[in-house]
Parts: sequence; structure tokens; C-alpha cells
Amino acid sequence: MKPTTKLADLILLLCFAAAVAAGPVILAPIGAGYPDLLDKFVIYGIFAVGFNILFGLTGYLSFGHAAFLGVGSYAAVWSFKLISMDLLPAVLASVVLSGLLALVIGFVSLRRSGIYFSILTLAFAQMCYNMAYSVLTPITNGETGLRVLRDDPRVLDAALGRTGFTPSLAGLEMTGWTGYYVSGAILVIAFAISIAIFRSPFGMTLRAIKSNQKRMGYTGYNTRPFLLTAFVISGMYAGLAGSLLAATDPLAGAERMQWTASGEVVLMTILGGAGTLLGPVLGTGLIKYFENIFSAYNAHQLDVTFSFLPDGVREWVVHGLGLFVGEGWALTLGLLFMGVVIFLPGGIMEGIMRLGRLKRTPIVKSLGDSPQRDVIGERAIDEMPPEDGSAPARKEAPKGETHAGEPQKPVKSSEMKAATS
Amino acid sequence: MDAIILQIMNGLDKGAAYALIALGLTLAFGTLGVVNFAHGALFMLGAFCAVTLQKLLTLETVKIDPTRTTPWGTPLEIRTPYVQDMLGDWGRVLIDYSVPVSILIAIPVMLLIGVALERGLIRFFYKRPHADQILVTFGLAIVLQEIVKQIFGANSIPQAAPAIASGSLAITDAIVYPYWRMVYLVFSLLVIGAVFAFLQLTTFGMVVRAGMQDRETVGLLGINVERRFTIVFGIAAIVAGLAGVMYTPIVPPDYHMGMDFLVLSFVVVVVGGMGSLPGAVLAGFLLGIVQSFASMNEIKSLIPGIDQIIIYLVAVVVLLVRPRGLMGRKGVMES
Repeated sequence: MKPTTKLADLILLLCFAAAVAAGPVILAPIGAGYPDLLDKFVIYGIFAVGFNILFGLTGYLSFGHAAFLGVGSYAAVWSFKLISMDLLPAVLASVVLSGLLALVIGFVSLRRSGIYFSILTLAFAQMCYNMAYSVLTPITNGETGLRVLRDDPRVLDAALGRTGFTPSLAGLEMTGWTGYYVSGAILVIAFAISIAIFRSPFGMTLRAIKSNQKRMGYTGYNTRPFLLTAFVISGMYAGLAGSLLAATDPLAGAERMQWTASGEVVLMTILGGAGTLLGPVLGTGLIKYFENIFSAYNAHQLDVTFSFLPDGVREWVVHGLGLFVGEGWALTLGLLFMGVVIFLPGGIMEGIMRLGRLKRTPIVKSLGDSPQRDVIGERAIDEMPPEDGSAPARKEAPKGETHAGEPQKPVKSSEMKAATS
Repeated sequence: MDAIILQIMNGLDKGAAYALIALGLTLAFGTLGVVNFAHGALFMLGAFCAVTLQKLLTLETVKIDPTRTTPWGTPLEIRTPYVQDMLGDWGRVLIDYSVPVSILIAIPVMLLIGVALERGLIRFFYKRPHADQILVTFGLAIVLQEIVKQIFGANSIPQAAPAIASGSLAITDAIVYPYWRMVYLVFSLLVIGAVFAFLQLTTFGMVVRAGMQDRETVGLLGINVERRFTIVFGIAAIVAGLAGVMYTPIVPPDYHMGMDFLVLSFVVVVVGGMGSLPGAVLAGFLLGIVQSFASMNEIKSLIPGIDQIIIYLVAVVVLLVRPRGLMGRKGVMES
């Protein structure tokens, strides 16, 4: 992580805001310039940005974040039912409720780390999912899903004499382009907060926990409160995304809490690049875009697309591709998942950075006072036989040097010192 | 009293399935140090070995008998499975016993799948962080599951237990226990026993246990630990597959059955203590019984919905009281 100036962050934020504002125009040529899809980009973007604060910064892999999304949705729909169709109380209710849930789940789950933490969060999310389908049916309306009805009380609306039936923010209805811009503005704010967290001493502490939690303990840090705070923040982000989902489509169902949904946000984050600012948003966009395209295709459309091929070949191509589109989108998603983890663990952002490095600096041969010194030093260590003498590990070693994180370690630690002193 | 015995017995066969899957998970984890989210998919693949065999055995020939007609006036079609054509009564027996017979097929198939997975994918992830292992096996589970869905469709495919084991045993009026569940329980105890015997009584097993304790030293002694661990992963796949094969008459298999079991099995492994084989078996049976008690009507009316969440609650309590699980060793997965 290069030291960044406030100005650079501001420029990043402004560019991001501009990109969100110009989203409909930029994405129109690839057929994504319509509000429904853009809404998804933006809302799941918020979800992923929040998830990244936990996973990207601390390395704690939560497999139960969909629970917070689901709870956020339910809270928002209840707010639409009982208080008002206005977005503000709904967002507040969702964020507070999912934050509280995250506090409880995080308090228990963070007693363990690593794989235990993943399994515990997964167990909690499954518990919420099962409860939404069984005990809590009076609140969640079970499989049918919770929806807003015309004759719901809506105390505040009744008092103010408002009769609107679509979720709105201070009169702006959350449909079509207005809906997109309201959600987009919220995404920009969420992104700004995420930048602030990344640059703050708090974010630096989280990163230090990721790189070596034990050492943090030795320096006198009690890491758990920091982790819990990160967990709650990311839970609140998920709740916020859930309430926006409910606002664009006022129907909350338990399937949003299923653990495959938790898996999806993990995929979005790592596809883009966990621990980077822009990565999660990029990953979300890509996944939601391809989901939209792939699941819309069917055999007939493939036939039309490949009509230029000779008949026999076309049948084969259509049959083969047919496995991956439409109903088979999940298969593509699974393969994508594996491909990203195997070949590009740092995600797209790392890919871009690697490309940039290839172009900019040729590998320096001497170990002298060159900017590449640390990289080569690391490689020299990597290429030594590993301690346990196992063969595959040696093959793996040269790959390790390309990890984005490693060459930058020295900078990171000095930066950390500066931040903690 | 009757009700209690019945619930314990009901819990035992579910617990047996949990124990088998958790055993395989623990084997893979204890040897390779890999957290395998695709283990549930292996369970599902085992179940679909049984489905495949049954489909193959029941491929039919259709003969038209012109002398007889159906009530609708069309010539009667006589459908006989090929096996029956070829083997006569033996064919009929074979179809009847298709589920137990599929064990013979499942063992080599699952061994092959397990070894292929380990050599082709998982060995590249030994040195990677656990998060990466979880993610790649999670992706693998989705892929396997979707492939099965493409081949066999999304609906569940019921399998029949052999006629001889399809009835129920009435111990008293209140305790009625299906034979097949009993068979499942005995079978899983046999498999568990076989795995433990293999690890405890053979030289191969001794080396594996030594490798689980201290991989480096075993390697220094000039033993190829990796290859043995690969075989152990294959065995773990077999155990999961067999659990799946024999489970098909109890719950009709569908493509996502593995995922449903996986989450619970992970909880079982955590409760038992990560890396402890006896712990996994013990916790499997324990949680199976606890769950079946929680689904009693008396308890459900007291605390509604408890049957859905009891396992997770137990897991949370166990982890808070005994963070290493019931029989967990010190130093496993505590970095």
C-alpha cells in the first residue's frame, strides 16, 4: 500500500461519484443502461464494500453476511408497513437492527478465528434462515415473503396525510432513474466512509491484525474490540443494502439469507480484489452483469447468435454453451469462483496492478539500492528450499513473489508504526 | 419412556450420517490440513452412484404382445429390464438390491474422484490461507452440484430399499422402527469401525497417524507422506460416498442434499473438536439424538421451532464453554 495523500483519495472519490452518476451512459453500450440492473449493481456494491471492510481488512472470512442483508430487508419492509413509506426510517431501522444482530453474532463468533470463525458465522446465518422459515413466520411470512399491503397502518404517513404507496425519500419515489440515483448517492457515501476507514488508524489496526494477529497481541493491543467494530460496521452495510433492496422491490423473502447468497458476496469481493477500495464494486458489477446476461440466454437465442456456423458445428456449440447459460448460470458462477481463487487470488485489481508493473519496471538484476530490492530479496528467500522439503511447495514458491501484498510489507509496517505511535 | 427410546433410535440413524460425513471431513482436515467445503458434494455424488446404478439396471426392453390388449384396446406392451432378460431371476434380485449393490460401484468411483480432486486441485492449496481453501472447495461444490443437476434434473429421485428391508420392526406398539434405518446404523458403525481399524491396526494407518502428529519428522524418515495423505483423502471421499449411497432410501437424493448436510457436518466437526476422529463420531451421534429430541411434539410446543436451530445452539454453547470442542486437541488450527 503506497502512502496516499488526502488529495488522491478525494480525486478517487470524485471519479467514483462521477462514474456512478454517468453509469447509465457509460454502461448503455454494453446493454446494462437500465435502472433495474443498475440498481442491483449499486445495492450489491454497498453490500460488497461493507463486506470488504471485514474480509479485506482483517482477513476474517464471514460466511454468514447474507443474514444481515435479509434482516435489513425485513426491517425495511416492516418500517414500510408500520411507520411510513419513506426511506429514512426504513434505512435507520435496518441499519440499527442488523448492527445489533451483528453485535450479537460477532461477539460470539469472534471468540474464535480462522476456519472456526467462518463456520460459526455460517451456522448463525443458517440459524437465521431456518428461523425465518419456521418460528418467525409471523414476522417473516415464511415462504411467501413479506410484502407491503395497501391497508397497513403506516402511522407516520397517516398522521401526515400521505397516501403514496411506493417507497420514497422525501417525496422522491424509489422507482426508475430516481431510485437509481438515490441508491447511487448512498453508495457514494458508503464508499466515502469506506475510504475513511481504510485510511484511518482504525483501518491500519485492522490491517495489522490481518498480517499478524499474534504480534498485535504482543504489542499490547486487545484485537477483539477492533474486530467486533469492523464486523458490526460491515453488518450495518449489509443491512443498508438490504433496506435498499426492499425499497426497490418491497418484498422480503428468506432466500436472501441463504448461505449461497453469503457465498456470492464473498465471490464479488475476491473477484474484484479483497482489501482494495474499488475492487468489491468492480466485482459486483461484473457478477451482476454476467448473471443478468447469462441467465437470460436460452438455447434459441444461442441458435440465433451462432447461426453463422454450419449446422453440425452449431448444434454442438449451442449444446455445449447451453450448459452454462440460463439455468446453468450457477455452474458458470462456480467455475468462475474456482478460477478466480486458483489463478488470481488478488482479484481484478491485482491483475491490473500486475499489468502495470510489467510495463513500468523491468526486473532489476542487482540487489543494490533499487526500488525492486525488496521484491528480489523476498524472491531469494522464497526460492530457498522450504523447511519441510516437500516438492510441490518448491514449485509453488516462485508464484508467491507475485503476490501483491508481499513486496510492500516493509512499507506497510513502517506506515503502521507511524499510525500507531 | 417409549417416546424417549424412539427418539434416541431416530436420532441414531441421522447421527450416523452426520458421523460418517464428519469423519471424512476430519480425516481430510487432520491429514492434509485442508478445509473441504466440497465434502457434502461428495456425499451427494455417492448418493447419485446409487441413482445411476438403479437407472442402468432398470433400462427396459419393450416387446409388443399382439395377442393381448390393454383396456384401451392398444396392444399390450411388456416391459422387462435388460438385466432380467439376461440373468432371469438373478436380474430381479439385482434390481431389488440395487442400493446395497451400488456400494461396490461407489467404492472405486469415489476413490477415483477423491484422488483426482486431491491431485488435481487441493494439493495446490496446502500452503494457501484457509480462506482460499474454503473458497475454492466452495466453488467446486457448486460446480459438482450443478453438473449433477444438469444430468439428473432438479427433482429428487426416490430409491427403494430392498424388499426384505423395507418394512418396519414393531418392538412395542409405540416403537416402530424401519428396518432400513437399522441397516444404515449397523452399516455406518461398520464403516466407522473399518476406518478406525485401518488407522490403528495397519502399518499404513500407523504412518498416517504419525504424519498427522508431525508431518515433517515422518517426511525426514524418508516416507512419502504426501502419497499416503492422498489415499487418505480418497478414503474420506469413499466414506462420504458410502454414507450417501446408503442414505438414498431414507431421503430421496437431489442435487443439493450435500449442501444441506455439509453445514450441519461442519457444526458437528467443530463440536467434536477439529482434527479429532473420535470427537467427530461422538458429536455426530450426539447431535443427531439431540436434534431428534428437539423435534418431539412435546418439546416443540414448549419452545416452537427449536428443532430447526437446536444444533446451532448446541454448537454455540459448546464453543463458548469448551472452545476446542468436546475432544479437540491443543494446537489444532490455532494460529
